[in-house]
Amino acid sequence: MAETDSRLETIQQKLATKIIEILRPQGDDVVILDRAGLRESFRILKHTPELDFDFLSDITAVDYWQKQEPRFEVVYQILSRAKRARLRIRVPVPENDPSIESLTPIWRGANFMEREVWDLFGIRFIDHPDLRRVLLYEEFRGHPLRKDYPVNLTQPRVPERKIDGTFVDERSHNKLMRLKKSLGTKN
Amino acid sequence: MKAEVKELPTEIMELQMGPSHPATHGTIKFNLKLEGEKVLDCDVEVGYLHRGFDKSCEQATWTQVIPYTDRLNYASPLINNVGYAMTVEKLIGAETPPRCQYIRVIISELSRIYDHLTCCGMASSELGAITPGFYMIEARELVTRIVEQLTGARLTVTYVRVGGVKHDLPDGFAEGVTRTFQTIRKLLDDCDLLLSRNRIFIDRLSNVGVISQETALNYSLTGPILRATGIGYDVRKAFPYLVYDQLDFEVPVGTRGDNYDRFICRIREIEQSMKIVEQALAQLPVGPVWIEDPRFVLPEKEKVYNSIEGLMHHFKIIMEGIHVPAGETYFAVEGGNGELGFYIVSDGGGRPYRIRVRPPCFIAMGAFHQMIKGYMVADIVPTFGMINMIGGECDR
Repeated sequence: MAETDSRLETIQQKLATKIIEILRPQGDDVVILDRAGLRESFRILKHTPELDFDFLSDITAVDYWQKQEPRFEVVYQILSRAKRARLRIRVPVPENDPSIESLTPIWRGANFMEREVWDLFGIRFIDHPDLRRVLLYEEFRGHPLRKDYPVNLTQPRVPERKIDGTFVDERSHNKLMRLKKSLGTKN
Repeated sequence: MKAEVKELPTEIMELQMGPSHPATHGTIKFNLKLEGEKVLDCDVEVGYLHRGFDKSCEQATWTQVIPYTDRLNYASPLINNVGYAMTVEKLIGAETPPRCQYIRVIISELSRIYDHLTCCGMASSELGAITPGFYMIEARELVTRIVEQLTGARLTVTYVRVGGVKHDLPDGFAEGVTRTFQTIRKLLDDCDLLLSRNRIFIDRLSNVGVISQETALNYSLTGPILRATGIGYDVRKAFPYLVYDQLDFEVPVGTRGDNYDRFICRIREIEQSMKIVEQALAQLPVGPVWIEDPRFVLPEKEKVYNSIEGLMHHFKIIMEGIHVPAGETYFAVEGGNGELGFYIVSDGGGRPYRIRVRPPCFIAMGAFHQMIKGYMVADIVPTFGMINMIGGECDR
């Protein structure tokens, strides 16, 4: 317990201006951070020897639509293997500008997790190298895990995609044309 | 006439492998950039099995989510059940009785055996080692029979509840497990003779799909893939839950982080899991398997049919669901493929506000291009096989 207190104190000192609140629900350590300079905050958490949070466990988001402001919250689970400690970072993101700094320069594993958050919540990650949808298809309209996305909404059918450089076999088509020609039918 | 030496033109070929490819389990597509047979780059496309797990959970009551978790990693549904139930219990602040905790350890380890046997058996038969593949599938079938005897279902078990397990172990369970483990050990010995020192098998796996310790940590890899690099991170040891701190077991680690080490790690873990189950069965205490809290536990059938209070109690729990206090929490267990975490948010109503699963194999697929870069097209099959990508969990 004392160890946890000293850890949170160190975080308080190092990130003083960025911290909005520190919570301790159910024995977890939760820090609510400001999204400005987020990457730098994570660098400090990772590289400060007393903290040593070297492992990014998970990135996800929660949509508090009509429940609280700002609307979104991006949630990071990080852990220190040496200190055997977990820490949860929550970062509020407003609805009118749903964007946040990407953590891919610090942890490359953030790539897929951030793509998933973009896909399902529509929160953009600044400086992400390849921000595409990951679970859904490119033509999908909307972001389904937002609370204002109806659960029974059907998506329009997508026309077949033309991919450049794809080999198309036209032999069967030509054969049909020849057959029609020999029979003297038009079209 | 002087012979002219012409260089053959070379160009980078783009090849799409999957999703209808037997080695990709029908749920993954690799967009490869090839130079001859060498893989220059690989873009992994997942999501073919996406069915909106998170969104479905938000429509269900807390108990109705348990069947959905069965369908995440369907090679180890019991671990998913345990992970979810324990996360909700953490938010409630309830602690299950000792017998329930031991039963949860036993079923988790049985599931882990099943998971590793699936992975190793499938991966070896994909490489042409059909006989040991079938030996492992036979061993897996024996585990399935234990699970069926316990839960009544082979795959979609729905055995764990918030606050306990559905029912106690059946009669003769321990003897059945002991008998089964004898057979599994014999089958694994045969597989060991056929595979572990088999020249062809080693040539296909050794020094293929190598990933260094730093890269593995950078890509958030967990489970056998991380342990094969030599980092002994296991949630059961790092953040002990249930009664794992009272049981004696080791965490096997590799040295090089290649496919062969992953294979050996998994085989060694099966042995450790069997050891854990035997210890847990020997120490199994007597007592209830449910917490004693009427807010979360269904009343006995006798009360339901004979008293109005019992009937109302039953109706309330079934129709409204259990009430989880408002809050949010994260809890992780060691799944078959790594850290299986649940992040749940409750707004105090009868339904979850948000449920997020940390899927270990989705994150491993995010590092796949790093594992395969510079190797041959044929190396994709064992590398992908040793990740043990399960579509239900990867795509949710």
